[in-house]
Amino acid sequence: MKQYELNTIPDEGYRQALASLLYQLADDDFILAYRGSEWLGLAPHIEEDVAFSSINQDTMGHASMIYELLASLGEGTEDELAHGRPPEERRNAIILEEVNGPGDYLIEPRYDWAFAVVRHYFYTVAKKVRMDSLKQSSYGPLAEAAVKINTELYYHLLHWQTWFTQLMNAGGEAKQRMEDAVSRVCDDFLGVLTLGPDGESMSRYGLIEEEAILASRWTEALKKPFDSTGVQHPPVIRSLRGDGRKGEHTGDLTDALHTLSEVYRLEASGTW
Amino acid sequence: MEQTVMKILETVKDPEIDSISIVDLGMVHLIEMKGERCTIKLLPTFAGCPALDIIKGNVKKACLSQPGIKEVDVRFVYTPPWTSDRLTPNGREKLKEFGIAPPPEKFTNLEEWEIHCPYCDSHYTSMENLFGPTACRSILYCKECRNPFEAMKPISTIM
Repeated sequence: MKQYELNTIPDEGYRQALASLLYQLADDDFILAYRGSEWLGLAPHIEEDVAFSSINQDTMGHASMIYELLASLGEGTEDELAHGRPPEERRNAIILEEVNGPGDYLIEPRYDWAFAVVRHYFYTVAKKVRMDSLKQSSYGPLAEAAVKINTELYYHLLHWQTWFTQLMNAGGEAKQRMEDAVSRVCDDFLGVLTLGPDGESMSRYGLIEEEAILASRWTEALKKPFDSTGVQHPPVIRSLRGDGRKGEHTGDLTDALHTLSEVYRLEASGTW
Repeated sequence: MEQTVMKILETVKDPEIDSISIVDLGMVHLIEMKGERCTIKLLPTFAGCPALDIIKGNVKKACLSQPGIKEVDVRFVYTPPWTSDRLTPNGREKLKEFGIAPPPEKFTNLEEWEIHCPYCDSHYTSMENLFGPTACRSILYCKECRNPFEAMKPISTIM
C-alpha cells in the first residue's frame, strides 16, 4: 500500500477519515490517562502508585503525540484540542470516561480497583491491537507514532495482565469483585472496539484495518488469560450507553472536562 | 560547526540524572546549521517524559551562548524511535555512577534481562517495581550489598 505524508495527502476524503481516526485515538488515551491520574495517592500500595502514575504519564504523552498530528492537519493547537473541545466533539469511548467509583478524589473517594484493573487491561489489549495495525498505516506519520507508542505499551500490558491474572486467581472477595468488573466493562466495551461512522473509509484508505478484524484480534488476545482464570470466552460485549464515536457521552465526561481544563480556561495562553 | 554543537550538547545533562548528557543518552538525532541558525532534532526517551521542556530550554540556552549561533530551533521527533541501545558506552558508565544499572546492550526479551547491581556488580538482585521514579527507570534491590538501586528499562522496537 502506498504511504502518504502530510504534504502528499491525496484528497479531502482521506484527510477526513484520518482526522476522524486520530480524534478517536487521542481522545481515548486522553480521558483514560486522566481517570488513571485521579488514582494518584489512592492506589492499593506505594509501588502501584509509582507504576500507575508512570503509565498515565506515558498515556498522556501518547495522546499528546496524536493531538500533535491533528494540529499539523490544521485542526487547532494541541492545547485547544485537549482542553478546548466540548463533550459533544469528543470521540472517546463512553466506558473510558466513567468515574473511578463513588466520591471524588478530594472527598471520600471510594474508587473500585477491580474496575480500574479490568478497564485498563482490556483497553491496553485493544490499544496494542490497534498499534500493531497502525504500524502498517498508509499515513506515514501515524505509522511512525505507532512504533514509538508500541515500545512503551509493552510495559503497560505486562503490568495490567499481571494484576488481572493475580486478582482473578486470588481468594477472598477478589474474584467476585473482578467478575463484577468484567461484566460492567463488557457492557460498554464495544464502544472502544468500534471505529464509528467513518470506520469503513478508514480501512478503505488503508489507515487502519477493518473494525471486525481488530475486534476479533482483541477477543483472541484475551483467550489465554480468560481460560487460565475461568472467565467465559469469548466475552459478550455491548455498548449499552451509546456510541462515543458519534459524540454521545455521559455527564461523567462533562464533569471530567470541567475539572481538567479549569486552568486552561483561566489562562489559555499559559505554558504547561 | 555541527561538531561544535555536538560538543555543546555534551554539556546538557538529563535534568533527572545529572551525571549523563543527552548525547550519551542517544537523544540527539540531527544537528543542522544554516548560516547562524541551528536546527536540532532530539528523540524523547519516553513520550510522556515531563523533563522534555526543561531539556529543550537547556539546549537552547547552551547553544545561544556559542558565538556564531543566533537562532536555535529544537524539535522532538519520534522517528527513528529512541531505543535503549542508543546509549553510548560512556553513557552506560555514567548511569552506573548515578546508581542506575544500564539496560542490556542487545535486548532479546524481558525474561533474559539479567540486571547487575551498579554498586557491587552482583547479579543477585530482585525487581521491586518495573516502574520507577521516572518512566524510563525500574526499582530493584541488591541482595548482595543490600542496596536499593534503579535500572534503565530496555526499550526496543521488537517489543
